[in-house]
Amino acid sequence: MQRFFRSPRLLEIALPLAAVFIAFAIGGVLLWLLGANPLEAYWVLISGAFGNLNGLTSTLIKMTPLLLVALGICISFRGGVINIGGEGQIMMGALAATAFALWLRDLPGWLLLPLTLLIGAVAGGIWGAIAGILKARLNVNEILSTVMLNAIALQLMNFLLRGPMLDPAQIAAGTNVAQSETLPKSVWLLRLAPPTLLHSGVILALILAVLVYFLLWRTTIGYRIRTVGLNPSAARYAGMPAPFYIALSLTLAGAFAGLAGAVEVTGVQHRMLEGLSGGYGFSGIVAALFGKLHPLGAIPASFLFGGLLVGADKMQRAVQVPSALITAINGLVVMFVVASEVYVRRARRRAGREAAEASLKIEPNVHSVQTTAP
Amino acid sequence: MTTTLLPTGRPRIDHLEMRQIVKRFPGVIACDHVDFDVRAGEIHALLGENGAGKSTLMRQLYGLYHPDAGEIFINGEAVTFHSPTDAIEHGIGMIHQHFMLVDELTVTENVALGMRSSRGPFLDLDKVEARIRELSQAYGLQVDPKAPVWTLAVGECQRVEIIKALYRGAALLILDEPTAVLTPQEADDLFATLHQMKRDGHALIFITHKLREVVAISDRISVLRGGRLIDTTPNQGVTRAMLARMMVGRDVLLERTHKPLPRGAVRLALRGVSAANVTGQPALRNVTLEIHASEILGVAGVSGNGQRELAEVVAGLRGMTSGRVEFDGHDVSAWSPGKRTDAGLAYIPEERMHDGIVQEFSVSENLMLQDYDHAPMSNGILLNFGEIAKRGRELVRDFNIRTPSIDTATRSLSGGNIQKLILARELSRDPKVLVAAQPTRGVDIGATEYIHQRLLDQRGHGAATLLISEDLDEILALADRIAVIYEGRIMDIVPREEATAEQLGLLMAGVTEE
Repeated sequence: MQRFFRSPRLLEIALPLAAVFIAFAIGGVLLWLLGANPLEAYWVLISGAFGNLNGLTSTLIKMTPLLLVALGICISFRGGVINIGGEGQIMMGALAATAFALWLRDLPGWLLLPLTLLIGAVAGGIWGAIAGILKARLNVNEILSTVMLNAIALQLMNFLLRGPMLDPAQIAAGTNVAQSETLPKSVWLLRLAPPTLLHSGVILALILAVLVYFLLWRTTIGYRIRTVGLNPSAARYAGMPAPFYIALSLTLAGAFAGLAGAVEVTGVQHRMLEGLSGGYGFSGIVAALFGKLHPLGAIPASFLFGGLLVGADKMQRAVQVPSALITAINGLVVMFVVASEVYVRRARRRAGREAAEASLKIEPNVHSVQTTAP
Repeated sequence: MTTTLLPTGRPRIDHLEMRQIVKRFPGVIACDHVDFDVRAGEIHALLGENGAGKSTLMRQLYGLYHPDAGEIFINGEAVTFHSPTDAIEHGIGMIHQHFMLVDELTVTENVALGMRSSRGPFLDLDKVEARIRELSQAYGLQVDPKAPVWTLAVGECQRVEIIKALYRGAALLILDEPTAVLTPQEADDLFATLHQMKRDGHALIFITHKLREVVAISDRISVLRGGRLIDTTPNQGVTRAMLARMMVGRDVLLERTHKPLPRGAVRLALRGVSAANVTGQPALRNVTLEIHASEILGVAGVSGNGQRELAEVVAGLRGMTSGRVEFDGHDVSAWSPGKRTDAGLAYIPEERMHDGIVQEFSVSENLMLQDYDHAPMSNGILLNFGEIAKRGRELVRDFNIRTPSIDTATRSLSGGNIQKLILARELSRDPKVLVAAQPTRGVDIGATEYIHQRLLDQRGHGAATLLISEDLDEILALADRIAVIYEGRIMDIVPREEATAEQLGLLMAGVTEE
């Protein structure tokens, strides 16, 4: 039994699931305290998110930006930097994509759509690169800089949506709701299963997940990013310019978040509006962590968290509990996943210690008593 | 029994004794039945090379480690320390090599940190400050109690640490390599303070590997080597050469089995190289070396005399303040580490777990660390896994790396096998210039022999090898010529045939023949 629980491989799979379970158990207590029947609430949540075509497509729609953000998070964490700036990068990507598509609205769709998505990625990438360059050049803490860039992006969005980018129809009607003009139909992402709102962005996200896996583990660039992330001094010794790859990791993370913004604009809202980022910049971190910072692991993880978002809305309507509760459950999941990481790491270290006899770090140069023939 | 009080108002430690102390770490005995004692009014120097066990011994006295066997007595009474707090309560203080100060706080705040205030929940910084002024007056420890620590020089930080220990009532003070970070002037100031404390009845333990300081300041000297106490001797009639011999030992002189090769052209040259260490102190002073093809130049010396900086300068990891490095006559001083690698440099770093590998990577991922971006491992962008696996398996076989598979996480390998992995990666490129820093430190005997043979093979292939080692036996066994480094200077370069352990020991102690 002891052996079983000490096996690091098994723990790595079992613990995140256990973390979800415990989070839901505590969430159940919260539901009960709010006067709802937890079993009924969870049944509504699960059946609402995954139980029918409508719920399932809604889940896939929510999954798309989560997965895109999570892919960027995988890259940045692997590169040893933490990107908390997803929200700001989504906003910048969405703003740039909207402005671009409205500006060149007469271009044919086959050209305008890919360019719009690209512009979104570039804008998010620039927003990430600012933090990346600050980190690489001046060693500015990227957690702080990305959080602050979120605030800047938010204010920029408020300004643009109330000023230069405000929908002329809103001005005419005198309502002044802060949103942009509707994008030309040519730039709308293809609906996959009408009448549901499922759009082709989900396919793009899935393809990119495979490509990010390929980038990180099959290319020299990914190898360098991972080396810099795990051991900058070994990277330096191997002739890799560590600062460049730190900046690159954050740039790519920003680009994926920016793309998520552009996909939300072209696939779901068809215009830029306040609240478009929808917290995906943070939930995406959760999904990436839950997926063990592996691009392919991020797919089921973002599916799960997308489903929780959809189910929470349904739950709110059915049992009259605030959907914000699901945010609390998400938070609990993160807490338990992160806590279980510590446990896995300890188990892994224990396994490593058993394998490696001679400790080098503590007292080098003392003659080892271990004698293995060459 | 009457207790004598120190000027700080705390009782003296007349006699502290450690008896038959044993401390084991996995695979090594760090302290092997060590006896050690210190008296009030005495400076007792604890001398030994890196890894000789001196820090481990003192950490047990300060309650950071617990002895596996043996006892500690204070004034004849057995004591047990479960933590540094216990040790502090018994009047023991330790000045660590790396200061334990909060930069943003003032000197007074740092001293008060972790102490109970006399005013309950409110700070009594004015009282602490007054006490600091008293202590600094009494012991000649010049320091401004109101200055934030980040504004202080290294020597001042050390004075704050000493005041902190005295404030906490230390009667016995352990100083771990206290002069390592000091300028000569600051070191002189420190010695004056230590003499003052000694006269006042403090007991002082001075950990070092600098022989000159030992002879200059201590009353008694204990030498540790390989975890064992070699000797404890009064500092009378002791010479640096005697101490150096005790420190490095020369009981097992390995037989030299290889013949000198006709040496080729100069492959690696350092011309007038000076460089600073991490703290900005000069570490290399005007070093000039030439290493020929098919030659191993051994650099002998007591650790901390510039060896690390020498290796890093050649590898391109450390900037020089003057001088230049040449490969095959080309000035490569401005070249990046990567460019030097491409030009035929291989480097076996001293801190192999930290610089040499990525612990989380698999064996094959670590094996490609230096040439992943060349054919056949990759086309510059895409990695070729077939080739990487094939070469991984070849190197594991050729270099006899004991690993379950090439996909095993490198961290789970033993030290000797990790070193063989690094050796495989570096030597399989058939380097023209090889820097091997402490290549067999902490490695078992079997792997050591294997690594030695590989280094000799590489010499046979025409490599110019810079072998840096604190193990004199290793240098005598492998090197064609031996350079001795002392305080960043090359004292002399002698051919192996003419070198004797005595002569090298003298040079390592900084003694030149008149």
